[in-house]
Formats: sequence, structure tokens, C-alpha cells
Amino acid sequence: MEADTKSKKPGARLCCACNQRRAALKRPKTLEQICRECFYAVFEEEIHQVILENKLFKHGERIAIGASGGKDSTVLAYVLSELNRRHNYGLDLFLLSVDEGITGYRDDSLETVKRNELQYGLPLKIVSYKDLYGWTMDEIVKMIGLKNNCTFCGVFRRQALDRGAALLKVDKVATGHNADDIAETVLLNILRGDIARLSRCTSIITGEDGPIPRCKPFKYTYEKEIFSTYAYFKKLDYFSTECIYSPNAYRGFAREFIKDLERIRPRAILDIIKSGEDFRIATSTKMPEQGTCERCGYISSQKWCKACVLLEGLNRGLPKLGIGRNQGLNSDAKKDVKEDGRTKSIESKQCGSLEF
Amino acid sequence: MACNSSTCNSSGCYKEYEEEEQHKSKTRAEVKGSNIRQNLCVKCKSSEPVCCGIGGEDSRFCKDCFKNNLYGKFKQAVTYNAMITPPDKVLVAFSGGPSSRVLLQFVHEMQYRAQKNYDASKDKSLPVFGVGVAFIDESSTNSFASQQIEKAIEDIRSIVSNLAPPSKELFVVPIESIFSSDGIDCKERLKKLLDALGDVTGKEDLLIHLRMLSLQKIASENGYTRVVLGSCTSRIACHVISATVKGQGYSLSADIQFVDSRWEIPVVLPLRDCPAQELNTLCSLDGLKIVETPNGPFSGINGLVSSFVKVLQEENLSRECTIVRTAGKLTPFHFNRIPEIQDSNVPSATRRHHRRHGLKSNGSLSSESFCAICNSPLKKSNSSSSLTNESPQPSNRFVAACSSCQFQILPKDPSLMEQFLPLLPHPMITRAKHGDRGNVSSLREQIQDFLLSDGDDEI
Repeated sequence: MEADTKSKKPGARLCCACNQRRAALKRPKTLEQICRECFYAVFEEEIHQVILENKLFKHGERIAIGASGGKDSTVLAYVLSELNRRHNYGLDLFLLSVDEGITGYRDDSLETVKRNELQYGLPLKIVSYKDLYGWTMDEIVKMIGLKNNCTFCGVFRRQALDRGAALLKVDKVATGHNADDIAETVLLNILRGDIARLSRCTSIITGEDGPIPRCKPFKYTYEKEIFSTYAYFKKLDYFSTECIYSPNAYRGFAREFIKDLERIRPRAILDIIKSGEDFRIATSTKMPEQGTCERCGYISSQKWCKACVLLEGLNRGLPKLGIGRNQGLNSDAKKDVKEDGRTKSIESKQCGSLEF
Repeated sequence: MACNSSTCNSSGCYKEYEEEEQHKSKTRAEVKGSNIRQNLCVKCKSSEPVCCGIGGEDSRFCKDCFKNNLYGKFKQAVTYNAMITPPDKVLVAFSGGPSSRVLLQFVHEMQYRAQKNYDASKDKSLPVFGVGVAFIDESSTNSFASQQIEKAIEDIRSIVSNLAPPSKELFVVPIESIFSSDGIDCKERLKKLLDALGDVTGKEDLLIHLRMLSLQKIASENGYTRVVLGSCTSRIACHVISATVKGQGYSLSADIQFVDSRWEIPVVLPLRDCPAQELNTLCSLDGLKIVETPNGPFSGINGLVSSFVKVLQEENLSRECTIVRTAGKLTPFHFNRIPEIQDSNVPSATRRHHRRHGLKSNGSLSSESFCAICNSPLKKSNSSSSLTNESPQPSNRFVAACSSCQFQILPKDPSLMEQFLPLLPHPMITRAKHGDRGNVSSLREQIQDFLLSDGDDEI
């Protein structure tokens, strides 16, 4: 955050919005000087507008919020329940958490989610890899090492979320993916040649033709605004450590670049998303054919869904199974649930550019 | 996809992965072993390899095969896209760097061979295409450049004169001469224009647009029919990323094709599939002289993107190619092909007909509108974004500009806009005044034959 957030300056500037209170910070998105109250107001109002303009929810729907305990999902839970109350969305909100079985990381962040359950009064459901697949991430990493672990985690989590959502009987899942995440994903897909994903990754609602659609209310919200301003000022309870298995993720390159970019030109993050939306991609390249997995019945564009392929590999002691040479698209877009802001999972676990 | 393996597998069945894995590791070991044992060029298998393509170990070539490989890419691009045909006069944009040096060399070689064929042929039916070279001197934008530029220009002159026969005309044109027709000092005007911009990236990009206008001016005033750029894969990869970052995703596909006919003189990019590393290697192998020009390295966003791509390239040598290949899958525009006219043997009625339909592929009306500054196609569905409405504008005139130019080049304050617009070079002002530049004139051409003369009823 800017150094002058809290310092008392002689002749201090006034908030640009209310012109009454002293400006407490510079908005990362627009660099405007603004006071805390106006910042909360504009932050929440912008999200409200995104929800309205994109028709993310319908009155009376049951919505599961993908909750990891990290800042994005914590703020999402807080803001959604606020807006739900304030603007009468009429939604039934739930917290849905995934336990990958990472000691020293996930077990701690789950404690945060349990606290959120009490703090926000939202019922919580936890689904675990151990129950669903018989493997924890710790066990998986022991077997396959640290190179392709993000692939496994991302694939499994995606399915875990869907299964949890089905158990909760919800109509939609909301995740805390923010503008930075989506911008990173756009860049990643360009770097890795995934034109089909490139055409889908900027959609604010995905999986509409599947069992449980997902939406990203934070699509235009800057990570910096969620993190060092909202969560910080409001002193929300969140968990902020990096996944211990993540340092090698390719996403790190894109992340570094975007951080540097934001310093020179903050609006570049939204410009990347805009470019992603505007790319001229023939609609014929967009959707793979959707069928069902023969083994488990989950949606899949191949005979077996990716999770089953990976599981088979684990169970047979073949760690490379399903990694590295699959050209075809597997299941539909495997978007990560937003865990805490530091998880660097690989977006697309298909195709072999995992060459590090 | 970014997959580096040469086989691909579309089925999801796990059995196929396993067998393939074993087979692949076997063959790879064999190939590697034999190559290393013999230490031969992978192509002709007879000479000793002296250099590597970007494929690393798997593409060690001897000098001749390396050069032929690169020239082959160039030739294929030219032929496949009908870039250069006998009656053409092509203007090679020369910056002094390795890509343009190789471009000049290849164009010369192609012309040379055509000349020999012509001399040897009996009926002299196919004339040889003409070649000119243009160097845009940007030293006036850079205060400490004046001595170095003299030497650079001298070097360029000698390079071009050594590339004869056939001889090539060289144009050394200062960038400020784009303002030719006006009274006030051109250098001053350029300085005023650049100083009006607050954004570093905006300045750099504006200079690039001015450079293209200069090339267009030289080409059209001297009867050239093509402008040839030496943009290589690496340059284009950087452009893909920087256009994305500036919100120009819609127009990106227009800039990275082999052919770009939205300009008065079509622009072609024959080195699009050649990585900078290979072009550099060729320059050192063949002793092609590179001229250092005092245009500094990029800063701002362009510089950041450049370093980013460099980092990616270090991590994986084929990353630039993947980026360009991905962007190549974006849908190009109707003007990304050579217009189908120009043969003087064609009767004028046919030519007129072609001229009307030449820029379209299927006869539909071309109704793109273009940014006044950078000439990029504007997305129609947000037609409001082509207006300067990011800041409320009391001025009645609207300037058709893309959101990137609106942000980094045009002034935010409407009153400053009044002073700014006249500073722009004439072609930009014209584009700014007629929002939908192409639309009105091409529409009129379409219905030309049906219009009755003045005084009668008109459509």
C-alpha cells in the first residue's frame, strides 16, 4: 500500500468522493484519494453493480460460496452477506470448503473458515479429498513429487466443489476469483497456446449448461483492493499463507509480470480482461463436446474424466498418467476455486507444457 | 497447444498414455544417440553443424542448411501470400537491426535471382520487381543522437549500394518530415506533439505510428506498391502481449498477419515466422553488417513486456513461437490479405470492379471504422467506446479512437484536445474528422455506377 495511507499531513487532502473526511488511502484501481467510509461504499457498490448488470443471481437461489479461509473468499462471504441483506437479494448463502489434506496449511485455513461460519452466520460444509478420492495432497506429493502436484490439486478440487455443491443442493457456486487472477489466466492461456480456454476464461458465469453454474463476482475487483484495503481496514479474519507446495507454478511468471505492470499502469489489469473478452475467436473453437465419465459419471469430454485418469495413475503407482501429453480437452474448464490469494495452482492441467 | 511432444493423443483412455510413453522414450534416445555420435547437420547429414536453431539439440544445422531453412521460410511466406509479384515495387523498411538486415538481404537475393531469370529468358515476359529501401531517422526525438546518426546513415548507404545489381534507391527520411506541408518548423511541431503526451508508453507508441505514416508517405510518393517490414517472431510475440495489456485484444489479429492492407500501400511481414535468435545467428554467420541506431531501448509498458518475454524465452526457447501461434488462431480481418488488383494488363473496367470489391473477401460491405491515431479497427458493439467518453466531453467533435489511444495519447482535458489535434500529422487529422473513414468513400464507390449525374435524382 502507499506509504501515505495513515500519515498525518499538514493540509491533508480531502476525500474525493465526500469532500468532507480526510483521505485515508489512494484507491489502487484509480489512484484517487479517498476516505475509509467512501471506500467501503464504492467497493461494495461496484460489486453490487456487477451482480446486477451481469444478472449473477436470482431471487430465492441457494448459493454456495467457495471458501478457503483466504482473503478473497472471506471478503466475498462478508460482502455477499452484506449486499444480500442490504439490497434484498433473497439468497440462501452457504460456505463450502475443500480440505485437500495439506498439513500446516489447509488445516489452519479451515479453522479460519469455521470461525467465519460463526462470524457471518453462514452454514458450512467441508468436503475432503480423503473422503472423495482416498488420497490427501500430502500423500499425493509424497508419491509424485513437487512438479505436477498443482495439476492434481486443481482437478480434484474442481470436482470436489461440484460434489459439495450437489450435497448442499445449491443452484450456483460463487468463487472469489479476482481481476488479478483472471488477468493472469488470460496471459497464461496465451503463453500456453490454449485458445479454447482463452475464449472462456473471461466469462463471469461458467458452466451454465452443466449441473452447477459458477460465477465470479470479483471479476473486476483488484486484489490489492480486497487485500490491503478492505480486509485490512475492516480487520476481517482471514488466512494468509502461501500453499506450501506451490512455489514452482508457472502462473508465477504471469503474476510477477502483472505486479510490475500494476505499478506502472493500474488500469492494465482491467485492460487485459477487456482484451480477453474482445479477442476474435471463432465460436467453433469454443466448446468441447460434453459427455460423461464412464467411471464416475461426472461431466467429461473424454471417456474418463481427468480426475479418474489421475486417480488411476495414483492407485497404480504411475505418477505420470494423464500428465504431459494429453492434447484433447478434458472435462470442461477446470477453473480453480479461489483458495487464499497465494495459491498458485495451474489453471489448465491438460497438455504438456509442464516442462519445468 | 503448447505441447512440445510430436505426437498427440485425443482419447482419454489411460492405456494409450502408457504405451506411448515407453515408445517415445525409446525413439528419442535412439535419435539423440545417433546424432551425437555422428555430429552431423540434422538436415543434410553431411556437413558439420555450426549452429542451433531454437529447437536446441534437435536442430543443429550446418551453415548452408541453416541459411536455406531461414530463406525458405521467407520465400514461402512471400509466395503463399502473394506478397511480391513481378510488377510490384517494394519498399523495404530498414532500421539497421538484424531483422531488417536479413530482410534486406533476402529481398535482394530474391530480386537478384529474378533478374538472372529475366536476363536468361527469351521473351522477357516477367519483369523483375523493383526494390527500394527506407530508413526513418528518428534522431530529432533523441537529444544525444546527432553524431551517431551521421555515421549510421553512412553505413546504411554503403550497405545498400553494395547490394547491387539490381540497384536500389535509398530514402533517408527524418521522421518530422511527416509534417511536410505546413509552415512551422517540423522539428518544433514534433517536439510539441510529443511533449503534449504525459505517458511514456504513449510517446513510444505514437512514434511507432508516425514511423508507419512516414513509410506510407515515402511509398506512395514514389510509386511503391508494397511496404515490407522485418517484424520477426520475437517482435510479434512482444506485440501480442503488449496489445493485450493495453486493452487492444480486438484489433490484435489485424497487426500480426502476413499481410495488412488497411493502409494505402499494403504492408507485408515475410519474416513473421523467423525467431530473432535465428536472424541474429544468420547475421553473424554471413557477416551481415548491423547498424546501431541511437533509438534507446523501450521503457514503460513496452520495456516491461520486452523483459517479460525475454524471461519466458530463457525458461523455454519455443515460448515466442507459441505466443505467436496462439495469436495466429485469432480471426483476422478482411483486410489481412492482398487486394486483388494491380495488373496493368487487366482492363480498366475490371480493375474498377476489383477496386470496389478488392478489400473484401466475400462481397459484403466493409464497414470497419478505425482509430484515428493507430489505425486499429474499432469494435462495433461498444460503439460508444469509439467516442472520447471516458471523460465527459463538452466538445461537439468526436474523435474516433481506440480506448488505448484515448488513454495514453489523447489528452484527457477537452480544452487541451482543441490544441492537440492540429499538432497531429495530416493523415491522422483526416481520420479523426471522418469517424468512419472507410465507410463513406467505399460506400460511394459501391454505388458509383448507379449514381446519376448532378441535377437528376440521386440515390
